[in-house]
Order: sequence, then structure tokens, then C-alpha cells
Amino acid sequence: MSDNLIECRGLSKFYGGVKALDEVDLKVGSGKIVGLLGPNAAGKTTLIKILNGLLSPGSGEALIDGAKPGVYTKSIVSYLPDKMYFADWMCVKDLLEFFGDFYGDFDMKKAEEMCKSLNISPKQKMKALSKGTKEKVQLILVMSRAAKLYLLDEPIAGVDPAARDYILDTILTNYNEDGTVLISTHLISDIEKVLDEAIFICNGKIMRHDTVDDIRETTGMSVDELFRAEFRAVPYQGGR
Amino acid sequence: MEWRLNDSRPIWVQLTEQLTERIASGVYPMGQKLLSVRELASEAGVNPNTMQRALSQLDSQGLTETNRTSGRTVTDNAEVLEQVRKKLAKDKIEAFLEGMEKLGFTRGEIIELLKGENNQDE
Repeated sequence: MSDNLIECRGLSKFYGGVKALDEVDLKVGSGKIVGLLGPNAAGKTTLIKILNGLLSPGSGEALIDGAKPGVYTKSIVSYLPDKMYFADWMCVKDLLEFFGDFYGDFDMKKAEEMCKSLNISPKQKMKALSKGTKEKVQLILVMSRAAKLYLLDEPIAGVDPAARDYILDTILTNYNEDGTVLISTHLISDIEKVLDEAIFICNGKIMRHDTVDDIRETTGMSVDELFRAEFRAVPYQGGR
Repeated sequence: MEWRLNDSRPIWVQLTEQLTERIASGVYPMGQKLLSVRELASEAGVNPNTMQRALSQLDSQGLTETNRTSGRTVTDNAEVLEQVRKKLAKDKIEAFLEGMEKLGFTRGEIIELLKGENNQDE
């Protein structure tokens, strides 16, 4: 056990000559919903993949509940990747059973109820589902586990606003009180109200890590406004 | 009743204001039990910790009371409620006067306009 569910020390990662993470120091406690916010290519997915054990750190270390990513951490981390990885010949029910077999903390009843409330039939083949519906299925699988840490990489980008509300509500009502949810996204205004803390990441560096209400209090801006102000790109002026 | 959390001030401050308004206007009646923190948070679409902070604020103002057995209830102290209603009324009047003065009306003109409005209603 450790006080911090996530702890990174001097974590760096290179892809060839490109620096994806640059000396990241990060501590995240339990019972929090945390936004990992950054522009494209900021290092969000790389950080999440390292926390998952899908990538190994270049230098420095990442600890989950005091342990290096491995068999133990995988049993307490529920991960929503940024890409689909399911075989498309499987139907929804196959996937539910697959997860039920694989993870001891998978709650089949919860998964079935969520499918029902999102009008997803268990008999449907993944192949026949729309992109948004596939994402919903994926999120159902991930949130039906009673994990300590949920790592959600862009969970709401591909779904319509109504489903987005449902998904956020699902996250709010389903994470357990000593669990933490880390959500990477650039759709900040949609997600801001559900966050405890926001982490700004850019060019592989943590620029800011604070509670949402502290950011609002000290800057007088919402997190969305602050993000737009800090990462504003100067428009191309036609070469003048 | 909808939750409006649109401005850029801290979310817990906005929640506190709206909870206070609901209590003052009787949407949550005196002595009534409130929903749990989680239920209220889910209704407003906010983080439970943020809702908790807003509710603790109401507790410290004496607008709500937390009881170990029955959860959180709206105060049944009529005096406290009346004070809050008066405070809210004062805030609204001040905001109104400020708006009117920006439009160039004097206090006297504003009072005349209000009287006229009052007569029309009768």
C-alpha cells in the first residue's frame, strides 16, 4: 500500500529522437477523478500506456499502488485504450463473458444493465456496430470492473453529446470511493464539472496540476478557458 | 429544477448558491431530508467531492444539519431561513439597482417605475 495510487518520478520516454515524456513527476491519490489534459501529441497516451505496463519507461519510474506495472497492477487497473482491440466477429455477449473470465472483479450484472440502458443488444456482432456504439461497449466493459484505478484514454471523443452525458454519469456513479479515475481528453468543457483535479501536459511535460476549483479561484477562468489561453496557436496568416 | 453551472467561478461556490436558493424558496422544504451527496452530485453532473464541499458550507451556515442516523436535513429553524431569504432579496435588489443605474435611471425614477408596475398588477 502507498498513499499515492499513481507515482511517477523523473519519468521520460523517447521514440527514436522524439521526446514523448520529459522528466515527469506526478502523484495522484485515491478517490479522485482526474483529467489528463493536453493538446495533440502532448504525451497523454504514452503516459497512460506506461502506467498500464504496455510501454516501458525510458528512464525514471512509474508506480501504481507502490508497485511497478506488472501482474499485480493489471489486476487493479481497468484500462480503456484509445483504439479498439476486439475481434469484430465477436458479439457483445462474447465480450462480456471474455471479460468475466479474465478479470476477477468484473460485475456481469452491472455490465448487462448498462447495455440495456444504452439500448445495446448482447447478441449484436461488433462488426455490425457503429463507431460510437463500439466505444460505448468498450466503456461498459471497463467500468463494470471494480478496479482501484481506471485509466480512460479519450473515452468520450467519438460519441454524441447525449451519450457523453450518460458516460460521464456512469463514471461518476460507478467508480468506487477509494478508486481513482484518470481521463485523458481534449474535450474539457464537457468533462470539467466531474473532475477533482486537472493535469495539463504539453510536449511531454506536466505544466500544471491542481484542483479544478483552485484553478478557477486563482485564475478566474474555467479550466477550458485556461487551456485555450495557454495552448492557443497563432493562426497562419497566409505567409504575410 | 435545472442546475446552472455555466460561469467560471469555482463550481462549489455555484453549487452553494443554488442549494441556498432552493432552500430559501422552499424547493427543499424546512426539516426535509436531502438526497445523498452522491445522488445530488449525479443529478447536477458534478464530482461528489465538489458537492460535499458545497454541502459542508451549508452545514456551517446552519442551513442544513447532518445527523448520524437520518442523514442531512434542511434546518427547521425559521429564523435562520428568514435571514437567508432577506440576504438573497438584498443581493437581488442591489443587482437590479446597479443595472438600472447603468441605464441612467435615478433612484427616484426607479421607485416611480416600480410603483407603476405595481399598479398595473392590481
